[in-house]
Amino acid sequence: MALVEIRNVHKSFRRDAERIDVFSGLSMDIEQGSFTALMGPSGSGKSTLLNLIAGLDQPTSGTVRVGGAEVSAMTPAQLAEWRSRNVGFVFQQFNLLPVLTAFQNVELPLLLTRLSKKERDERVRIALGVVGLDDRLQHYPRQLSGGQEQRVAIARAIVADPTLVLLDEPTGQLDARSSQEVLSLLGRLNDEFNKTIIIVTHDPHAAERAKRQLHLDKGTFVEQARTAGTAAGAVG
Amino acid sequence: MKIPLIYNVRSVRQRPVSTALTALGIGLVVAVFIGMLALANGFATALTRTGSEQNVLVLRKGADSEMASNLDRDAVSALTSSPHVARGAEGRALASPEVYVVIPLGRMGDTTQLANVVVRGVSEQAWQVRANVAVYEGTRPSTGKNEVCVGKRLVGRFPGTGLGETMRFAGRPWTVTCHFAAAGSAFESEIWGENEQIMPAMRREGFQSLAFRLADPASFEEAKRLLEADKRVTVDVYRESAFYAKQSELLGNILRILAIMITGIMAVGAIFGAVNTMYAAVASRAPEIAVLLTLGFRPRSILASFLAESAVIAAAGGVIGCLLALPMNGVVTSTTNWANFSETAFSFRVTPGLLLAGLVFAVVMGTLGGFFPARRASKVPVVQAIR
Repeated sequence: MALVEIRNVHKSFRRDAERIDVFSGLSMDIEQGSFTALMGPSGSGKSTLLNLIAGLDQPTSGTVRVGGAEVSAMTPAQLAEWRSRNVGFVFQQFNLLPVLTAFQNVELPLLLTRLSKKERDERVRIALGVVGLDDRLQHYPRQLSGGQEQRVAIARAIVADPTLVLLDEPTGQLDARSSQEVLSLLGRLNDEFNKTIIIVTHDPHAAERAKRQLHLDKGTFVEQARTAGTAAGAVG
Repeated sequence: MKIPLIYNVRSVRQRPVSTALTALGIGLVVAVFIGMLALANGFATALTRTGSEQNVLVLRKGADSEMASNLDRDAVSALTSSPHVARGAEGRALASPEVYVVIPLGRMGDTTQLANVVVRGVSEQAWQVRANVAVYEGTRPSTGKNEVCVGKRLVGRFPGTGLGETMRFAGRPWTVTCHFAAAGSAFESEIWGENEQIMPAMRREGFQSLAFRLADPASFEEAKRLLEADKRVTVDVYRESAFYAKQSELLGNILRILAIMITGIMAVGAIFGAVNTMYAAVASRAPEIAVLLTLGFRPRSILASFLAESAVIAAAGGVIGCLLALPMNGVVTSTTNWANFSETAFSFRVTPGLLLAGLVFAVVMGTLGGFFPARRASKVPVVQAIR
């Protein structure tokens, strides 16, 4: 069953007088429980596609559905609510709030729920436990290594138990060892917790961890490199 | 749930210099605001405390101040025989027919600098009628002698006001036999002597006013109606407290308007300071704002968060302003009371209400200054900001 359905999406930007078409009729599906890597050269539209799926950006035309909800038709307020329940997002630059501790950073998405303080505490401890940082609760981002920061960001992305976890170059700022740790963690999230994961990456080693690799170039899928497991969909 | 305030508080601490300068700017405005209102407050309080609810002040009809009034002995006699006048020991009326004169006195240290000072000729009963007046040093002037009692606020500010010293006015020497306090009221800026001594010395042929204690404080309206209708006299009757409160109205209002105008202009500067600081904060934290929006916080939560941050900085400024203003409390100053052109000394009065008003004013400045930057924060383009 497709969790993400993208149908005939067009996306263009204006740069001064010039119109830049990123997608011209893109369609694809991403299955529930899949682990997909989006690859491609810079400017191919990988991050734009991720942003469209997360509802951070809107298509010029076409539809984006996630879990049956038409993301591309939501108002900013509806999108905020929907994102808080359904999407976890991890950025290349970690983007933790520097003035908050690891615990407080991870707690942020839960402040949008009706959970009690006690329930929130429990969830945060579990999420930081999953990423192996339950001994760093009161550390500020500046007191953590890059790999640890990214793991905190992943804990923040999964703490509200979203259906979909989106990661934009999550290993782009990490050394080889930290990258391996993060990728292993993503594999666990997919295998053990059945999270649907979409990762944008330039790194072939990172992409190899995914069960499905999609290559984008100039806004179209040029190749479906590998399909591990059952994930399959209309690509074009 | 909203973005936790701790995020704002800690973010503010990340840029201590610009935050401190903004808070200081707001603090200075608040200090001036409180200071000027404390001045108006102190002046109004001094005059309000001068009058008592239990006392009645009688002036010639149409006179708007004691200086402009005149009551002859017959009128005073008719008025004091009223049943509304309280009686003291031996059945004597608790009434004080008073001579009210303003004299120029040279100031201590530079006697060429003159100030108008009130000399009040009072009866023996005045000390009972004015319950807030108390001699704290020396003994009251004796009957038939050129002796005076000097109000606390004048002592040391004019030559010859010390106990046992001699003052010269109205062509005579006057021995200072006592100093009196009057609960911070305008009486403390007066010189009191016996009315029968002051009257001839000042070449007066009558009194200016009559102050008396009401037999029943609740019967003021009736006393006023009866006395003003009495064919033997032509007088206006005031409750003493209301009369002196009214005397402070003109200058008090001008001081308040000045306070609002001056601090209003200064506030514009402080608001621009807050705008600048908050725009810088929003610009430097655009990626953080984008993260919050990505996590699902609504734009209005971002708006509220940055407004709260601006208000927190301003509230800190408000506290600074209150601390700067507090030492002004009790500082004695003097001004010319426009109702009688005499010098009235009084203390700055920084009240809890005034401090609260200062804090509220600070938060209002912060909220106004933070609004447009906060609105910009709520509209941060997520995709661009996150890159």
